[in-house]
Amino acid sequence: MKFGVVRFPGSCDDVDALRAAELVGEAELLWHADRDLHGVDAVIVPGGFSYGDYLRAGAIARFAPVMESVAEFAREGGLVLGICNGFQVLCEARLLPGALLPNVSLRFVFRQVELAVARAEGPFTGACEPGERLSIPVKHTTGRFYAPDDQLDALDASGQVLLRYAPGHNPNGSLRDIAGICNEQGNVLGLMPHPEHAVDPLTGSIDGLKIFASMRVHLDDRVLAF
Amino acid sequence: MTAFSPSRKHRALGLTDSEYELIVELLGREPNDVELAMLSLMWSEHCAYKHSRKLLRRLPTTGPHVLLGPGENAGAVDVGGGLAVAFKVESHNHPSAVEPFQGAATGVGGILRDVFAVGARPIAVLDSLRFGEPITSDRSRYLLERAVAGIGHYGNSIGVPTVGGEIYFEQSYEQNCLINAMCLGLAPRERLIRSAAAGPGNVVVLLGALTGRDGIGGASVLASAELGDGDEAKRPSVQIGDPFSEKKLMECCLELLDRDLLVSLQDLGAAGLTSAASEMASKGGVGLDIDVSGVPLREPGMEPFEIMVSESQERMLCVVEPERVGDVVEVCGRWETLATQIGSVIDGELVRVLDNGSAVAELPVSVLVDDCPLYDIAPEPPAKPVYASPPAALAGTESPAELLLALLSSPNICSRRPVFEQYDPVVQSRTVRRPQEADAAVLQLPGGSAIAVSIDGNGRRVACDPRAGAAEAVYECAANLACVGAEPLGLTNCLNFGNPEKPHVAWQLTEAVEGLARACEELGIPIVGGNVSLYNEAPNGPIFPTPVVGIVGSLPDAARAGRSGFASSGDAIALVGPFEPSLTGSELAKLRGVSPTGPLPAIDPTAVRAAHDAVREGIRTAVFHSAHDISEGGVAVALAECCIAGGVGATVQLPEGIDPFAEAPGRAFVVSGPPSALAGFTVIGEVGGDALEIAGQLKLAVSAMREGYDGVLAEVL
Repeated sequence: MKFGVVRFPGSCDDVDALRAAELVGEAELLWHADRDLHGVDAVIVPGGFSYGDYLRAGAIARFAPVMESVAEFAREGGLVLGICNGFQVLCEARLLPGALLPNVSLRFVFRQVELAVARAEGPFTGACEPGERLSIPVKHTTGRFYAPDDQLDALDASGQVLLRYAPGHNPNGSLRDIAGICNEQGNVLGLMPHPEHAVDPLTGSIDGLKIFASMRVHLDDRVLAF
Repeated sequence: MTAFSPSRKHRALGLTDSEYELIVELLGREPNDVELAMLSLMWSEHCAYKHSRKLLRRLPTTGPHVLLGPGENAGAVDVGGGLAVAFKVESHNHPSAVEPFQGAATGVGGILRDVFAVGARPIAVLDSLRFGEPITSDRSRYLLERAVAGIGHYGNSIGVPTVGGEIYFEQSYEQNCLINAMCLGLAPRERLIRSAAAGPGNVVVLLGALTGRDGIGGASVLASAELGDGDEAKRPSVQIGDPFSEKKLMECCLELLDRDLLVSLQDLGAAGLTSAASEMASKGGVGLDIDVSGVPLREPGMEPFEIMVSESQERMLCVVEPERVGDVVEVCGRWETLATQIGSVIDGELVRVLDNGSAVAELPVSVLVDDCPLYDIAPEPPAKPVYASPPAALAGTESPAELLLALLSSPNICSRRPVFEQYDPVVQSRTVRRPQEADAAVLQLPGGSAIAVSIDGNGRRVACDPRAGAAEAVYECAANLACVGAEPLGLTNCLNFGNPEKPHVAWQLTEAVEGLARACEELGIPIVGGNVSLYNEAPNGPIFPTPVVGIVGSLPDAARAGRSGFASSGDAIALVGPFEPSLTGSELAKLRGVSPTGPLPAIDPTAVRAAHDAVREGIRTAVFHSAHDISEGGVAVALAECCIAGGVGATVQLPEGIDPFAEAPGRAFVVSGPPSALAGFTVIGEVGGDALEIAGQLKLAVSAMREGYDGVLAEVL
């Protein structure tokens, strides 16, 4: 199976995501101005900055030619993982509910945080155990998840919250400690923490690998099911 | 005479009367306005090093690993496996004192360009920062907060990790803060590129951002004069940074080099196009034509001299063979980076500035680059202490436990977490040791090896004893590398001093350079590049003399990189290295209100070198489970830091006669490991429990120490 990692002007964690994906499959970069997704089986919208994010994080990137194809790919059930800036882009593109607001501190924060797996099934967290803790770093200025109360209730009820910050680990003031959510269909995940920076025991933890491994397993199963 | 007569104009631009007379003599005529603007920058302290160049010849610059030495955009060393690491530290002090956010941000932007200008991908940034006292000074807190935000803004946005650094707070930096940024870049050895222009007929192409009126005169007005009243009015001389533009420019330049499309590459920093064109021409032994009418401008109506001296950020100058210009433009287009032909390489030795084809300046390259007079400085030790005593923070009746807590919660020693949490240390996936995990940052390389880097420089100790203090900075930096198992390969330095025309500052500078040179010779570390920042003075006097030293080293196995924290209960703790500390220049002396004077403890190079070797070897063979150098706050603080980092206590008995708070940085270490493995060393105790106990002195819970250590900067930031 092959991952495609989008590269916008200003993407910073694109190569990191590429290397992480290569640990579980093949991977290639997808250029922002190119609508062709090159037949990949899953798309990663990586972290960093897209087009400078001077207007609002992700606001310009959603109009990128490649994002039209990513949106279509997502509507057809393709797996799309948005990390940090990628999460912001997916929210701006309305592929995910809610919005990401500036951190309560109004500052950039880097921290190795603990996440609690809220739902250990499906394409992104299927390789996790229920309630499992994952040690994964966050690094962002605009990562406070926000949605109106009724929408938050709905997200909770439908099991769309896949990852929460463990008690005491919420770095940005996200409502209900939400760290990662998926769409209703379950094929699009956005999360602020960076699983691609938790795949090598030398540089931190390897807990992030579970996200990529889950995607791999899901796609392999799907292939088998055909 | 009017205010615009030539005799007044050159003074306003920072040239002395005799320098102006020399220019007239060399040219055989009066320079016109464009030429005068260009020369005033090229002959500024910042560009010409006219008060330091003679001294700098004393520094050792050769070694077996050196690939690029001083004079290029950045130095570079061979790190094995066909790879080179390019690195350099540079100051952005005066801009940051005037506008800390943009000053610090563009300091990072500038040093990144220096590194990718030699063809290396920037892989790490470190910062060395100095401010006034954070607890009592609003100004210092403002400068700290905004400078840190500026560094984060640029480094985080461009995807280069900030992996380390250091901060000191001293009254002498109250007006004149120091912002030194260091960058490391990685390149295949054969891809390193020099900045020498070559090949008459080749095309000069300007890459990157539009040229505006920002930063005009930055090098002469801001960087080469003392700070004083009215600095607000200098804000227009501070450049404005755009990391997004630089990110695209960086990726674009690296792709141009990957595809071998460039003859040479040079960044536009201080003195903008003037400096870049002059340097490229000088190194290549050729001339250059630059037509300013081709330069894309941010605003209409800019004069030729403004275009030539603008310090607008995120620009590079390159030389391209005519048949490759099309490919260059194509690559730049894809990276949304402007590429504009603005001139050509010519035979001869003139830099000619044209405006729509007609010459507006014609200067010999040698006059621009080589003929600025170099001054001998007149060093003289000060007759009386230069620096006032700091206010005493201690009553003098404190117990050792209270002293340790006071030191751990002092701004110079406490945890830097509230600062480094504002920086991304992990992007690019090489960071094996993050800030505060070890004494040096460690970055893995392909194939399993790693490089380590640290940046150090305690100005207070240099103020006490410039020669010994500067040497200590080198020793301490090398000691930090030893703690992770790394062997030093090369060194970069930034010499931050006051006004060298004052005899006591000249003396500090001369002594410090001698100390640096000797320490580098003793440890066998070549200096591959650096930067000098003079005139760091405010009306109330000079800063502490502050040579900042950055060393890059290598270690064979990234998986065995050392940590500073104690690792396991039951491990023995040993002191390694000759350790005869004193309270002179110590953190405790400062808290007691003692002025920074007096000789520092002597260094025995052979014994210290043996200690560094022993620690490096102990880490590389995994015999040691932790290693930490003993610096500020003495052995008590070193032990406390090992306990806090490891989350475990320790019980020790110090050797007879060692004051737990006395200092002798760079010489000795606290290490831990299995008792059998440490048998040959001076074992002083054991890891275990939840408190640090120093027999006959103090016992403190690790949690209590951590509380003091973690609190201070969080409160002021």
